[in-house]
Amino acid sequence: MAAESADLNRTVLHELHVEAGAKMVPFAGYEMPVQFPMGVMKEHLHTRAHAGLFDVSHMGQVILRGPDVAAALETLVPSSVIGLKEGRQRYTLLTSDAGGILDDFMVANRGDHLFAVVNAACKAGDIAHLRARLPGEVVVEEITDRALIALQGPKAAAALAILLPEVAEMRFMDVAVLDWMESEIWVSRSGYTGEDGFEISVPNAKARAFTEALMAMEPVAPIGLGARDSLRLEAGLCLYGNDIDTTTSPVEAGLHWAIQKVRRKGGERAGGFPGAERILRELEEGPARLRVGLRPDGRAPMRAGTPLFEAEDAADPAGSVTSGAFGPSVEAPVSMGYVPAGLAAPGTRLWGELRGKRHAVAVSELPFRTAGYRK
Amino acid sequence: MKFTEEHEWLRVEGEHVVVGITEHAAEQLGDVVFVELPEPETKVAKGDEIVVIESVKAASDILAPVEGEIVEINDALSENPALVNEDPLGEAWFFKMKIEDAGVLDGFMSEDEYKDFIG
Repeated sequence: MAAESADLNRTVLHELHVEAGAKMVPFAGYEMPVQFPMGVMKEHLHTRAHAGLFDVSHMGQVILRGPDVAAALETLVPSSVIGLKEGRQRYTLLTSDAGGILDDFMVANRGDHLFAVVNAACKAGDIAHLRARLPGEVVVEEITDRALIALQGPKAAAALAILLPEVAEMRFMDVAVLDWMESEIWVSRSGYTGEDGFEISVPNAKARAFTEALMAMEPVAPIGLGARDSLRLEAGLCLYGNDIDTTTSPVEAGLHWAIQKVRRKGGERAGGFPGAERILRELEEGPARLRVGLRPDGRAPMRAGTPLFEAEDAADPAGSVTSGAFGPSVEAPVSMGYVPAGLAAPGTRLWGELRGKRHAVAVSELPFRTAGYRK
Repeated sequence: MKFTEEHEWLRVEGEHVVVGITEHAAEQLGDVVFVELPEPETKVAKGDEIVVIESVKAASDILAPVEGEIVEINDALSENPALVNEDPLGEAWFFKMKIEDAGVLDGFMSEDEYKDFIG
């Protein structure tokens, strides 16, 4: 174990987590807090009722700069980047040549450049892919001197506005460059919990002071990766590596909303991204399988890997669970998984096998809980 | 009270042994959200997986600490799994077993030995 943790990266907030009593675990090459003394369940509920502070500094922060950078990025993603207005961000995907997903990420238009936040486990691969596939005059710069924190929950806006009054005026998916104690703070009104909130990029040198200023506020508590996972699951959001990967297409994953009309068949800039042939065909004809929400009967969670059957006595599985846990706000177990398109209608009864026994589970609408975004 | 290396506690009650999990185990599991109990009158062998505990983190099992017969289960845990975190040594007992020979418990740890075991 000791040798293992010596190889792990630490975020600039590591010491602060340890002082707060965090239980640290290896995650995507980093030593990260999985929970604080409050515990996963209470941390989850705290975020839904007040404001939760997450260290997401392990994620990749990347600046893309160069002539026609938006058009260049459109050669690698199925979303409209040219149509993204200055000061706005959107969710998009790096697709593979086979039409799978290399990563899902946020991209913001910051005037003379694009700013992307990518998954920790994918960042090295993403950066290599961007450098290899974008024209030489586009510069891909990984930002390594900034921490990234997320403040999420119904009290997040009021708390953050004490430090950065301008955030009160921001709408969901707005981005802004603000000033705090003579440092540039990069803020987006977004997150991955299904709550209103912000992701805040802070220079490493100010990260501890900024985080402590937030933590001193009554509604703010530190939240670990455990609750981050149950929060995003209830919100129906995909975890890269579980719910989406190179074997799942954006259409199978139900992420068709990330492909704007202008990039679809008949659109002005249709196709032109890796895997476009398969992805656009699936948009027209429908995919063979779909990511769905799942609500097991009873209280036993169906976790990732649980096989799903069409009938209690069916011999072969029809699909499987990709994420599953007990949803503290839903107060019931919730899962997501892939099933054939014919079994994807909400209300369809399926069977999940747990410890050799088949348990009934119903296909359900996603998200499991209505999001509290400030549109 | 006796303790197993699997972090169960065993308490003799007449001719029965009551089985639960320790505070240390409950803490390690985190918030418990589901408990699956065996049927009463099930005969079990030592090491059989007889209880499933699901926490917010993962699923884990309770193994039968000795050979015997399940005589009673704690239905309150099915209704309120959080009892395992609230009162692991008291109200959150899992099942009662009838055993042939109370002597089999001698091999398990005392409270002091268990405290040393978990460090």
